[in-house]
Amino acid sequence: MSGRRINLGAPAALGANGVLRFTTCGAVDDGKSTLLGRLIVDAGAVYEDHLAAVAKASVARRPQGEGLDYSLLFDGLEAEREQGITIDVAYRFFTTANRKYIVADAPGHEDHTRNMATAASNADLCILLVDAAKGISPQTLRHMRIAALVGVQHAVIAVNKMDLVGFDETVFARLAQDMSQRCAALRFVSITTIPLCATSGDNVVHRSPSTPWHKGPTLFEHLEQVDGADVALAAPFRLPVQLVARTAEGGRLYQGRIASGRIQPGDEIRIPHGNRTARVARLMSIDGDLPEALAGDSVAVALDAELDIARGDLLCGQGPSPLLTTALKVDLIGFSEHGVVKGRRYLLQCGAKTVTAHVKAFGPRERFDPTQTPPTSDPSADLGLNEIGEATLACVEPLAFDAFSDNRFTGSFILVDRATADTVAAGVLRGAAIEGQGVTQQAMAVTKASRVAMHGHKPAILWFTGLSGAGKSTIADLVEQKLHARGAHTYNLDGDNLRLGLMSDLGFSPADRVENIRRAGEVAKLFVDAGLIVTCSFISPYAAERDAVRDLVAPGEFFEIYVDTPLEVCAARDPKGLYRRAYSGEIKGFTGVDAPYEAPQAPELVLSSATQTADILADAVIQRLLDAGVIF
Amino acid sequence: MASDIFAQINTYGRRMRGQSRSAASGPGFGHLRALEAESLAILREAGANFRRPVALYSIGKDSTVLLHLALKAFWPEKPPFPFLHIDSLWEFKDMAPFRDALAEALGVEMRVHVNEDGRRQGISPFVHGSAQFTEVMRTQGLLQALAKGGYDAAFGGARRDEERSRAKERIFSVRNPQQGWDPRRQRPELWRLYNPRLAPGETMRVFPLSNWTEADIWLYIAQEQIPVVPLYFAAPRPVVERDGTLLMVDDDRMPLRAGESPQEEMVRFRTLGCYPLTGGVRSTATTLEAVVEEMLTIRTSERSGRLIDFDDAASMEKKKREGYF
Repeated sequence: MSGRRINLGAPAALGANGVLRFTTCGAVDDGKSTLLGRLIVDAGAVYEDHLAAVAKASVARRPQGEGLDYSLLFDGLEAEREQGITIDVAYRFFTTANRKYIVADAPGHEDHTRNMATAASNADLCILLVDAAKGISPQTLRHMRIAALVGVQHAVIAVNKMDLVGFDETVFARLAQDMSQRCAALRFVSITTIPLCATSGDNVVHRSPSTPWHKGPTLFEHLEQVDGADVALAAPFRLPVQLVARTAEGGRLYQGRIASGRIQPGDEIRIPHGNRTARVARLMSIDGDLPEALAGDSVAVALDAELDIARGDLLCGQGPSPLLTTALKVDLIGFSEHGVVKGRRYLLQCGAKTVTAHVKAFGPRERFDPTQTPPTSDPSADLGLNEIGEATLACVEPLAFDAFSDNRFTGSFILVDRATADTVAAGVLRGAAIEGQGVTQQAMAVTKASRVAMHGHKPAILWFTGLSGAGKSTIADLVEQKLHARGAHTYNLDGDNLRLGLMSDLGFSPADRVENIRRAGEVAKLFVDAGLIVTCSFISPYAAERDAVRDLVAPGEFFEIYVDTPLEVCAARDPKGLYRRAYSGEIKGFTGVDAPYEAPQAPELVLSSATQTADILADAVIQRLLDAGVIF
Repeated sequence: MASDIFAQINTYGRRMRGQSRSAASGPGFGHLRALEAESLAILREAGANFRRPVALYSIGKDSTVLLHLALKAFWPEKPPFPFLHIDSLWEFKDMAPFRDALAEALGVEMRVHVNEDGRRQGISPFVHGSAQFTEVMRTQGLLQALAKGGYDAAFGGARRDEERSRAKERIFSVRNPQQGWDPRRQRPELWRLYNPRLAPGETMRVFPLSNWTEADIWLYIAQEQIPVVPLYFAAPRPVVERDGTLLMVDDDRMPLRAGESPQEEMVRFRTLGCYPLTGGVRSTATTLEAVVEEMLTIRTSERSGRLIDFDDAASMEKKKREGYF
């Protein structure tokens, strides 16, 4: 941007056509960072002191003096410079009279597929790099699949290192055609092929004298002219509500960023939940009312009718309605070393909405890792790191969304682990899973409140968790007796007993343990709904599953009671002889021995059975229930 | 400081409090409109998700733009968080009066924290060196203030174009219980979905200006008529040239070396912070328009005037791992 003058009276003169975001796809050796470095240097967007630092570092790295190492402009982190690879997404910016560019340089290393997905998810365009001498790398193809999956619109096939093949037109034509055919199967809006050499700059910004046969644009020319008009503008209006604010007059303002379409006062707005409608009264801002707002704008909307709208609701305009269902058909990308576990409850974030959801079933999958080992065909296995697979998800409440092919921002989501808070997967929504459609909750005339009134106490789940042999069942049994003596209505769910019936199809694998607790939680919830105090004794080693049960019932109804008995004490007691068999290797995956136990972070009660009798501990539970007002 | 800056702040305050109409109204143009919309969405997302957020305010132009965006994001309500300035005791003397006047004019809560241990020890960049000074007065001061406030999230005005390790940081960036940044454990951040969840002990840093450049900031300041500290504009100031850097002799705490005597020169500052660590540039840009013009033609990055970045090769990344913003 050197030497460019602007007129402050019309800031539109700079970057007038908004923002174009692009990314690169390819392996470590395909020269991605070098190409991007060359692009921004030749486009005049690098500061001289950055360039000077790179020149200094280039000399250190290449004592023979091969010239400037352009990739150093992008390889930012210390660890990466040591390894000579880009391990994360680096963002760079440059601006022309035409538009502002946001460049997300994605990692070329195979371990970092998740960062590639991060970079591509907001890109309008991707540059697919092909080494003219070596041919198409598997990594370029994997990245191309990810780019298409997360919604990139435009593909540029950049055949790099043309100098190594003497700028031979036939080499370029063969590679370009091969790549074009592979791209055609994906959903790109446009595909462009360019022969270039990043180290010398041929066809990067400036036209190459070595490729007179190339009639198309240089890379930079193409970036300047590609149609950046957002397809989101043409889609139906969607606004995920982030916040509800109050005006000075007491009216409500719905704040959020328009995912697609446009809006003006007078437009009809629908809310999928409950199918309510209203009209836009005003588009308000600190600078005064706006006549219109477009996809991408952050707005504050006032409606002409008071509807009960909360954060996470989706305001919709005319045209096709979004889907509203609890059963989702999706494609998932696995980001976690620990896998996405079937049946485990995750937080699903879509737009501004967060719901609890779990995988009901996995479908076919692919794996994107360097070993090229085919993924498992076992549909109950966890979705591993770098795997992409179809899945059916079940949400605890209906989710309003669009198919990803119709809307990038209302058709995408992430899954978050409740215990670690990590993002374990990203997904795109394909549609409603048939089986879930049409099933809505039936409202009942006799309610939980009326049952509570009849019972004379509140319902609750007393969830005893701890190692095998900790004393959970013994204490739970005493608690139930004491409650019964007080006239309370109770039921006892015992892990061992349920495994003989309801859970008889389940073993002790992590996935089966998750399903075991899920079922137990659902059963306990039914008893709470019936107004009972349910004592539950389950090892329940995973915090995420215990939290999921907590979320099934109302606040204050779930009591996590941690029976904290040291492993040595449990193993010495060994009432069922299980520890002996676990230590001898006869039983695998035994909690505390060769399987983890995640102790509760903030339980309602901790009981130490190593130092107190079961009777005293049971009294402590009763006291806790009195304090909480469950019994009185 | 010239009195017209205070008049400007008061006019701005009346406008942002809805007591007068803006001259610069309506959505911005081109890429500034997209950048503003993204930042407002990030601020709203953070405001909706955190229990006790705080916005770091350094008095510089980026922080002041962040403050402006926060007012816009939550209007007609006030931002649901206070602003926090970590005072190193060595800032340019014109900065604190600007901060106080702006906070009062806008009616926002401004908290100021000083590392009192550092004050007692008399930590000085001239005596203890820039590395130790920054560690004590900035990093430790920040960590103290975050712990004292019990904040679960802190917003900062950092931009990805400032420095190479910043270029790789997520918009919602998790800090471990020691407030350190682990670049290898960054969460994937797709589409417009920011994962705000925290494991026990973790906190979040949120960077709403990640995708802005220095030029964008100035264009936006011009478009929105946001007041900034006058040190950003060229004026005759007493400076000495030391190790190739133009340092302003802002008060009598600066020991002059043999042969140094302050000269009046037309200089301005591209970044503001501690005056002993902030190099000026020779410039004739006395107006906002001239500064924007200069921004679009300049050939060196703004951090070339920040002395702490030169401490060693990957110094910013190291500081961030240790908790620096």
